[in-house]
Amino acid sequence: MADEVLRLEKVRKAYNIGMPSHTEVLHGIDLKLERGQFLALTGPSGSGKSTLLNIIGLLDQPTSGRLFIKGQDTSALGDAAITLLRGHTIGFVFQDHHLISAFTALENVMMPLLVDRGFPNAQIESRANDLMAQVGLENVAGNRATNMSGGQQQRVAIARSLAMNPDLVLADEPTGNLDTKSADSVFELMREVNRESGTSFLMVTHNLDLAKRCDRIIEVVDGKIAS
Amino acid sequence: MNFWLPFEWIAAVRFLREGRMQTLFIISGIAIGVGVIVFMSALLTGLEANFIKRVLTSQAQIELIPPDQIARPLRNGPGVFENAIVQRPSQRVISIDQWPKIRDRMFATPGVTGVSPTMAGSALAVRGAASRSISLSGIEPGTYFKIIRIPDYIVAGQARLTNDDIIIGIELAKDLGATVGDKLNIQAASGTVMALTVTGLIDLGSKGANQRTTYVALRTAQSLLGIVGGVTTIEMTVQNIYDAETLAEQIQASNYVEADSWIATNAQFFTAVRAQETSNTMIRLFVALSVAFGIAAVLVVSVIQRSKDIGILRSMGASRGQVLRIFLLQGGLLGFAGALVGSALGMVGLVYWHSAIRQADGTELFPLILEPALFVITIILATFTGLLAATAPAVRAARLNPVEAIRG
Repeated sequence: MADEVLRLEKVRKAYNIGMPSHTEVLHGIDLKLERGQFLALTGPSGSGKSTLLNIIGLLDQPTSGRLFIKGQDTSALGDAAITLLRGHTIGFVFQDHHLISAFTALENVMMPLLVDRGFPNAQIESRANDLMAQVGLENVAGNRATNMSGGQQQRVAIARSLAMNPDLVLADEPTGNLDTKSADSVFELMREVNRESGTSFLMVTHNLDLAKRCDRIIEVVDGKIAS
Repeated sequence: MNFWLPFEWIAAVRFLREGRMQTLFIISGIAIGVGVIVFMSALLTGLEANFIKRVLTSQAQIELIPPDQIARPLRNGPGVFENAIVQRPSQRVISIDQWPKIRDRMFATPGVTGVSPTMAGSALAVRGAASRSISLSGIEPGTYFKIIRIPDYIVAGQARLTNDDIIIGIELAKDLGATVGDKLNIQAASGTVMALTVTGLIDLGSKGANQRTTYVALRTAQSLLGIVGGVTTIEMTVQNIYDAETLAEQIQASNYVEADSWIATNAQFFTAVRAQETSNTMIRLFVALSVAFGIAAVLVVSVIQRSKDIGILRSMGASRGQVLRIFLLQGGLLGFAGALVGSALGMVGLVYWHSAIRQADGTELFPLILEPALFVITIILATFTGLLAATAPAVRAARLNPVEAIRG
């Protein structure tokens, strides 16, 4: 129990409740993720993977069921507490990297710490520099986010997701827009972080080769876990 | 990254800097609006100050005159009128009753800075075959010059008035062919004639006034107009010119005189000033409104453009409050920057206008009054307007659902 990072109990998600267009996307998902695990979440498009990821990432709320982060029930938490919990325990890597173009690569990595502390300081900068070195991009730290290759941007996004030293990183098709070589290197980077720091990863992917290299594969079909 | 700036400030400045064109255009828009406000306000203040200065240095702020002479109906016993219809009597030139006492009392009144008795009437100025009707003012130079700055208006000769001297307007001098040192015969309606020497020529800035105005010593006027020892007017200046009307009312209530303040005698001027102030306020209000809507429009678009960034920031743990502040700050910063540029624009425009637009005689049309308070207030108001205008877009940004925001 002490090593449990994430637990979902009968999580359901429906849209347009009480209307003719009522749609249930997730039909009672049970899932558990332990510290240091690297999970692949696969399934066809429209199966509910992204919805599930948003719920796990506390960006969306389930219609019913319960979500525990590090043993804490999140269903009773208000917006401010949810935001705080999200910032401190979960890192995000999106398919389109979503770096903020108004900032440099290094500043993007500093951003979660900046949001949390309120003011920049040398410590935050040094932590961001370390992370940039960890993802092998110390030479382009001062570049604008838009002035980098897709692979580099995704590496910056990974560095950013690790800034707060989260317990869980949620990656939504992080290699989806990359060529095979870059995809492989980005995946390896995540795997390395996972091995070294024990950070749990939950990666949505359509790439079966990559999925097979994860600790566990969870397949979502029609809003249910198939395997 | 500046270590001394909080996160919200850094994000707000970066977002504005990244949307360079948008930021530049809206700052230009705000600057033009603020420039117009600064220019108009300073110009109107200058014009008003100039007008007040002119009005108040060429006339007294309170004038005490004898009350109207009224005829009483003829009675024949209590309640019985012999002749109920009373014709208004003609107003003879008469002296203010007990004027030295009133003058002394006025001197002792708080808020009064200058008191001067004068004797005014009409007469005829004759030189050779030319004669002109004139308005004759008998004054005590010592006290009168403190109220009306005759020495400032002297264009030839000097402001000296002994019993045989006269100061006349330049147009009158032209009409009579007289100049400094010449003698004029001044003939009063009573038939009294005195020969006076022109000691100074004055230009009061109005042709009509320059054709009629003459100043003589008080005693000379008393002799000419046949009211020895009397005065027709007591002229006064007060500390606060806007208190003149209240003070005049108090004086009239406690003395047997009629007291006219410059406010009452220049009612039209006051109406004009008030109308100008109202239109100025309306223009300022509408300019401020259009500036506010401009800022709001730009920020609404910015929120849409930045929705992904907002979603990302929220996913990183940024609170709704932080997002709200980022956009509020952008509004405030736009207002502040626009006001800075606008104030400079308005000031440059004002200085140019002041030097380029002159009166016919080359003197300034209005004094250049650049009060720091105007700029400080304008900048504070513009910043506040920016903050206010940013409220709706900022609330919208803060309320964005992170999932939808990231999806874009």
